[in-house]
Amino acid sequence: MRNRKNEEWQDWLEGIRAIAPLLPAALPFGMMAGLAAAKVDFDALLGIGQSAIIFAGASQIAMTQLIGEKALPVMAVLTVLLINLRFAMYSASLSLHLRGLSAAKKSLAAYLLTDQAYALALARFTLHPDWPLDKKFRFYLGTAITLWVVWMASAALGYYLGAGLPPSWGLEFGVPIAFIALMVPGLRDSATVAAACVSGGMAVIAAPLPNNIGLFLAALCGIATGYVWESVMLAPHEEDNA
Amino acid sequence: MSTSTLWLIVLAAGLGTFALRLSFIQIADRIALPRPFIRALRFVPAAVLSAIILPAVLRLPDGTMSYALDNPRLLAAIGATLIAWATRNALVTILGGMALFWLLGWLL
Repeated sequence: MRNRKNEEWQDWLEGIRAIAPLLPAALPFGMMAGLAAAKVDFDALLGIGQSAIIFAGASQIAMTQLIGEKALPVMAVLTVLLINLRFAMYSASLSLHLRGLSAAKKSLAAYLLTDQAYALALARFTLHPDWPLDKKFRFYLGTAITLWVVWMASAALGYYLGAGLPPSWGLEFGVPIAFIALMVPGLRDSATVAAACVSGGMAVIAAPLPNNIGLFLAALCGIATGYVWESVMLAPHEEDNA
Repeated sequence: MSTSTLWLIVLAAGLGTFALRLSFIQIADRIALPRPFIRALRFVPAAVLSAIILPAVLRLPDGTMSYALDNPRLLAAIGATLIAWATRNALVTILGGMALFWLLGWLL
């Protein structure tokens, strides 16, 4: 009994060890989410609580930015969902490994799904296809919960530190910089680069349109470009996690 | 915006995001995913993030767009992209990009 508990703890530890190198990079991003909330005058409960409720930095920063620009509330929500569409893709890929979990455990895994936890878990599960379901779940929770704790701490830090920083420092420019840090590692082939270029160009052209509608149109153009580029220029991309 | 409106936005965004995360984990046991759909989803992060980044970089604090090459924001963003490409490290990219931005703002 004691031995089994020990082994289970090892699975958690392995997850924590895997995520550890990524934590310093998550910290400034979490702080930026807290800072962005402070800048648009969210109170402390909502400003820090949104990091637990949404738990997706890029979309939180975009949402607070839109709220600051007095966009329609429905556009703020839709923007969050559009940015977070990638989670549906992660969900599809990870679902093959989480088959058979209880509904409660599936919900917990889903709530904690992030770029980092997804990437680490998928790499590890692909390396060890023989791992039993419980072991996979413990490893995943080790990575995902660790990131959640760091994320919440950094959001609180950013909220309180950010509120006291002078605007002349230009810290608001950290937002697009953080998005670059998030986007560039995902540009893995010419099709994703083409998608990013067309989408970015269209977004600039469409920037005068109201309520960030240009963002939707540009993103759709980019996605269509990537899809067509991949079909015409590259061999059809095989899912490497099947 | 009122506090209750802000809470509604955050709760709706949180619930919707949770639904996206749970979606396939919950149903993929039963339903086969259409391949064209999966292929299109692959381009969502690059397309959406790029559509946010470029206007944000070119838009000056006063709201006007600047296409000048001596715009420190544009140069710092290009530098940050190169740093991100070379290091694939968010911390280094953010620190490097901000350092470039401050340095160029001081020089130009």
